[in-house]
Amino acid sequence: MNITINGKQVEAREGQTVLQAALAAGIYIPHLCYHEKVGVAGKCRACVVEIEGMRGLQTSCSVIVKEDMNVTTNSPTVLNAQRLVVDLMLSSGTHDCLACEQNGNCELQDAAYYLGIERPSVQYGEINREFDISSEFIYVERNKCISCGRCVAACNNVVVNEVLDFGHRGHHTEIVFDADKKMGESTCVQCGECVQICPVGAIVEKKNKGRSRYWETQKVRTTCPYCGVGCQLELHVKDDQIVKVTGVEDAEPNKGRLCVKGRFGYDFIYSKDRLTTPLVKEKGQFREASWDEALGLIASKFKAIIEKDGPDAVAGVSCARSINEDSYSMQKLFRSVFKTNNIDHCART
Amino acid sequence: MTNSFSEFRNAKCFLCIGTNMTEAHPVAATFLKNAVRNGATLIVVDPRKQPLVKHAKLHAQIKVGTDVAFLNGLMYVLIKEDLYDKEFVEKNCLDFEALKETVMKYPPERAADICKIKPELIVEIAKTLASVKPAMLCYTLGITEHTCGKNNVMSTANLQMLLGNMGMESAGVNPLRGQNNVQGACDMGALPNVYPGYQKVIDPAAKEKFEKAWGVTGMSDKNGIMMPDMMDGLVSKKIKGFWIFGENLANSEPDISHVEHCLESAEFLVVQDIFPNETTKFADVILPSAAWSEDNGTFTSSERRINRVRSVKNPPGIAKPNWWIFKELAKHMGHNWPSNSGQELWDNEISVLAPAYSGVKYSRIENDGLQWPCPTVEHPGTKFLHKDGKFSHGKGVFKSVEWTPPAEVEDKDFPFVLSTGRRLYQYHTRTQTGRAGMDALYKEETADISVADAERLGIKHGEKVYVESRRGKVHVSARVTEEVPAGMVWMTFHYREGNANWLTNPAFDPETKTAEYKACAVNVYK
Ligand code: SF4
Ligand code: SF4
Ligand code: SF4
Repeated sequence: MNITINGKQVEAREGQTVLQAALAAGIYIPHLCYHEKVGVAGKCRACVVEIEGMRGLQTSCSVIVKEDMNVTTNSPTVLNAQRLVVDLMLSSGTHDCLACEQNGNCELQDAAYYLGIERPSVQYGEINREFDISSEFIYVERNKCISCGRCVAACNNVVVNEVLDFGHRGHHTEIVFDADKKMGESTCVQCGECVQICPVGAIVEKKNKGRSRYWETQKVRTTCPYCGVGCQLELHVKDDQIVKVTGVEDAEPNKGRLCVKGRFGYDFIYSKDRLTTPLVKEKGQFREASWDEALGLIASKFKAIIEKDGPDAVAGVSCARSINEDSYSMQKLFRSVFKTNNIDHCART
Repeated sequence: MTNSFSEFRNAKCFLCIGTNMTEAHPVAATFLKNAVRNGATLIVVDPRKQPLVKHAKLHAQIKVGTDVAFLNGLMYVLIKEDLYDKEFVEKNCLDFEALKETVMKYPPERAADICKIKPELIVEIAKTLASVKPAMLCYTLGITEHTCGKNNVMSTANLQMLLGNMGMESAGVNPLRGQNNVQGACDMGALPNVYPGYQKVIDPAAKEKFEKAWGVTGMSDKNGIMMPDMMDGLVSKKIKGFWIFGENLANSEPDISHVEHCLESAEFLVVQDIFPNETTKFADVILPSAAWSEDNGTFTSSERRINRVRSVKNPPGIAKPNWWIFKELAKHMGHNWPSNSGQELWDNEISVLAPAYSGVKYSRIENDGLQWPCPTVEHPGTKFLHKDGKFSHGKGVFKSVEWTPPAEVEDKDFPFVLSTGRRLYQYHTRTQTGRAGMDALYKEETADISVADAERLGIKHGEKVYVESRRGKVHVSARVTEEVPAGMVWMTFHYREGNANWLTNPAFDPETKTAEYKACAVNVYK
């Protein structure tokens, strides 16, 4: 169907909300509590618009499109109302972006930028909530929380870990873990779904802290090296360092979700324990060797064994974690060069 | 998996047997929990009250190693009470009569007696399964790591065929693979009996095809041997040259003392890996490999999806991609291989030689991967197998099987059953997770025991205990938990200290040669 937004005809799908139709058409409307993964919350009111024939301002995240609907997202009335909402959010926390991990990838910052809010007009008294650094990989800075509720919805309804909730009352409302425990002492399994869905810098991962800004990193899609689900990861890479991993939204099979290993288990490749050169054992001790020497030695030993005892006197096991192309090459070596089918792998553990 | 993770969404019922999904495949479990939230029925069959149970409607807490008896019990009820999918069975399956004859020996009373559960539960589960469709059966190593592993697997297939839960969306038999690329290693022919794409080495036509493609003659026409036999061969000197690529056998295989004895006996041992570990110390030559993110290639996930893996950095020092190492070794023996990258290997060799992957080219898997079978470059890939009940070899054959107990059962001296598995925060022998900060979340091995046994033996939570089997003994902290039933000890092989594999029994399924990690007899004392 067709609707009109800011005088422009745009295509919309049956059942879509005005916000979804606008975003699909490339028209930005500030929105902080809505995320397609957790659906409509109708809480933050940053997405208000005018709709012809409807009285007052409407939250675009909750109105379903109708044929020929006429929507205005950029009138002074709309922008002022949006400004008020975003201004209040900025005022109720400590949004000093300079060292914030979310800087450059923050939906509140984007909204403020779009609305031209230089600094909040009201400065509330200092809200001194302690940082929660108890969790191994994640820290929580409630001063930056805008109570959008996305993390609570994601923890409960997307990954169904049922840890996060809103606690306390009124002005003191804040996100809590289990019955108001520290994150690290709660039943949180550190899947990081709440980190990925938080629009601001309130729930942030620790490993990247102070190491890279969002715009400095290259994003590379890859597959998780752990279990057989095959989750799709986005590696955030600065120079040759992976500084962060996020789940690829909309990817099969994981739709952006990850577990603790996939999200935080990437840095083993940088361990100083890595083997860096071939080693040959001599009188019970390993010494460094060149590739030529090491491979020459293996070739001559295997040749000698095969000549004396036949090809079936050699055997190999391949790796169930390495790439397909490696296993292919190893079985090709055993079958076509050594002439044995004694090749297997750890399929059974 | 016959079916896909995306189909979890529309399943009406799940039978999860021997799968600790929330810990071993956490993201898959989130989709399962979403479906349960939307009204799907979850039935868990597991000796432990593991985290999935919280979401389950029914939990059959069967005794370790009684899966076949349980599944036969279900099928008894389905057949006896005429609840199975007759149309599907008649149209698509063979050997129903033989199945019937076998399962008729497992009335609920007998099955329940073997499984140590109530007969009514078997009846209730059978009726529940008969009342909803489609249902997905999911399993993991709880099914395969038994001396009767193959029989367990066949029983799960029997049940799903009997229920007509095959060849359609959100159904099927779905083993979740433990390691990221076990599926791929099988697909690539890192198995003693098949070339890439499951083409049999004993088939002369297949041998000729590969000889031609690889430009050689005189390849072997008989099946090779499997890993446990390779290990024993090191001691008997049948095997003299052994090459281990990326597996820490000294920690991951059952009965560590025996494994180490085998490795020590090797005449010439090559180990290729990214870290020094308990296995590299036995090597004569150690070769340093490129790790994940240091090379371009593909992994194949449990749902048969071929996904891209990308490089973001060079390997450290002079470490090299693994395929390069094999190619260079071939060169040292006078063979010049053409391909010079993951992409060349896949696009020009693998996809050309294996019909099931022929339609998969790197250019097609830039984003989401493709699921095999994918025979042509126009083919969209295969979301679920056996569409409309058409099995790969014509009809689905029921393979009726009898229950057999584990190779080693509890007795007077070793009155507990030890079962093993994985914990959320660690992976395998910890060569990776142990170097990525996960130790902070689970720092040492524990022996998980029941509250009842802890009370009876006067063992406090966190107190050090000995766990001893006929093969070895470990000294670990007790973790007293409601998850474990009385009479059971549960452990993992993540840590060298207190590794369960000092205790496990190297008894294998006679055909698949999978070890019985899930059951052996132990004693626990202070
Ligand atoms: S959360 Fe956003 S607005 Fe607040 S400090 Fe961080 S970047 Fe700035
Ligand atoms: S990390 Fe995962 S389990 Fe923990 S609070 Fe966030 S969403 Fe919930
Ligand atoms: S992120 Fe977790 S669930 Fe996904 S593939 Fe990696 S280990 Fe498996």
